[in-house]
Amino acid sequence: MIDQQIGALFVQVAYIGASAAFILGLRGLTKPDTARRGMQLAAFGMLLAIIGTLLNHEIVSYQFIIIGLVVGSAIGLPMGLLVPMTAMPQRIAVSHMFGALAVTLVGIAEFLHYRDVSGGPGVVKMIALGFETLFGALTITGSFMAFGKLQGFITGRPVTFPGQKLINAAVFFGAVGLYVALVLTQSGGSTESGLIMFAVMTVLALVIGVTLVLPIGGADMPVVVSLLNSYAGLAASATGFAIGNNILIVAGALDGASGFILSILMSKAMNRSFANVLFGAFGGEKAAISAKSAEGLTTRSVTPEDAAMRIGYARNVIIVPGYGMAVAQAQHAVRELAELIEKRGGRVRFAIHPVAGRMPGHMNVLLAEANVPYDHLFDLDEINEEFHACDVALVLGANDVTNPAAKSDPGSPIYGMPILNVQDAEQVIVVKRGMATGFAGIENELFYLDKTSMLFGDAKTVLSQVVTEVKGL
Amino acid sequence: MTALLTALGAAAALIAATTSDAATAAASTTLVDAQIVEVYVFLLAAFTGFQIITKVPPLLHTPLMAATNAISAISLVASIVIAGAERPLFINIMGMVAVAAATINVVGGFVITDRMLKMFKKTEAPK
Repeated sequence: MIDQQIGALFVQVAYIGASAAFILGLRGLTKPDTARRGMQLAAFGMLLAIIGTLLNHEIVSYQFIIIGLVVGSAIGLPMGLLVPMTAMPQRIAVSHMFGALAVTLVGIAEFLHYRDVSGGPGVVKMIALGFETLFGALTITGSFMAFGKLQGFITGRPVTFPGQKLINAAVFFGAVGLYVALVLTQSGGSTESGLIMFAVMTVLALVIGVTLVLPIGGADMPVVVSLLNSYAGLAASATGFAIGNNILIVAGALDGASGFILSILMSKAMNRSFANVLFGAFGGEKAAISAKSAEGLTTRSVTPEDAAMRIGYARNVIIVPGYGMAVAQAQHAVRELAELIEKRGGRVRFAIHPVAGRMPGHMNVLLAEANVPYDHLFDLDEINEEFHACDVALVLGANDVTNPAAKSDPGSPIYGMPILNVQDAEQVIVVKRGMATGFAGIENELFYLDKTSMLFGDAKTVLSQVVTEVKGL
Repeated sequence: MTALLTALGAAAALIAATTSDAATAAASTTLVDAQIVEVYVFLLAAFTGFQIITKVPPLLHTPLMAATNAISAISLVASIVIAGAERPLFINIMGMVAVAAATINVVGGFVITDRMLKMFKKTEAPK
């Protein structure tokens, strides 16, 4: 008995240590110099929590735990080591899926367990259990859909069909209704119908995940992935309430807060409300009408030699990377070009829009991978006034985030969205594969300005040519 | 500093939760107390999270996401108990699958976060 109490105390001490490690670890992330150490501390915290749990007195056999840990590590380790940086958004989405799967299985197992316990789970635990399973299940399928859209095996376009709203609402209220019914009927002990209600609720939650993400377009994925991050955290916290475990509550709350803040930031950067991002696809028809047509406007296309001339003699260059850079894996060529310009006495900075790419901070990671020092990377607010003084703005596969219509055309669907003031630069060179519109599906006036030259082609190929040409100047 | 204080607050709440657990459950009032403390812990942790995470620069938002994703796989702790406790075999097996899924998330998440953070460098001093 005393042994058991000492054991329980040890478990709690390990959990307290882990909580502190998580919080201090996240605090390390507020500065690039301390970030790595901070995350190592957080990983240590996780190890502590796992070791503490293994000493839990409820555990009687270890073979299933060991198999699970070994299999999970065997899959997780290569995933962590081998996934290329360009595939990071997909990887994070799929990772949410695994976390949510674990949470949901725990929820189901606990529910089944309480059927054998006389008196049932009680109201509070039933609320937590239901919430956990509901959010866990919708995060599984939601993350899978996000993964599919980012990976490209599900169309990145918003998918809509007649009656969609009605079906979504029915599924949503069905799931919530069952949840409430479960809390009302199952808290004091189980009945036969409880199992069926629980199963149907879980299935409906899985359907919600699909219907939630299906109508959301590829460019809105930063918000979706952040939101799913938040859901995964809330589900973990609910698990903590369900089984009375504080470490789950703490870690889940941290994750929930993080995901929530990121989704708000992303929505703000797109000048849209949360609700608009989530339900925006239903208003998609409106965008098509108000978008300006490009008929009668002409662009000026230049050769890599020509572009190299301008870039090679520029003193002050700002590079604006977008999703196109990630797709073409052009970050190394970009870094080579930047170094070359600096060697020739020019100054190069990178302007990073908050929603450039497919997840928060996507461009920063890619450029860091290519060895671009992080003090060359600037946020929208830091650099927007600097475009006036810049000789050449080089736009790499970015589109909507540079569209001046966001400032000048109140009829444009992106009106009011904060953009990078690329049009203020003396000259603009846009590297792009073709004249296709960005994800907002609207024409970009920037491409038709007199000061703008279009350099068509795959960003990586074209930039390599430019590098060769600049070397020969 | 505030973060540290909040962390201490959270830790204190944890200790309170443990002791009230130890006194347990016979009286229903104690049970309510324990659950109130859990709400307390949740609120403190959420506030702490808010405070810290608003200070994370956009530069590090992707590593932040990968890291919180790894931390959210703390459900591993719950999965381990279910996989190893005295429950029917199929529940143990569900637990095993949950352990595997959460481990993928933990291991993959922390490894990739470290890989990313390793890449962030300042301008080197000219040689």
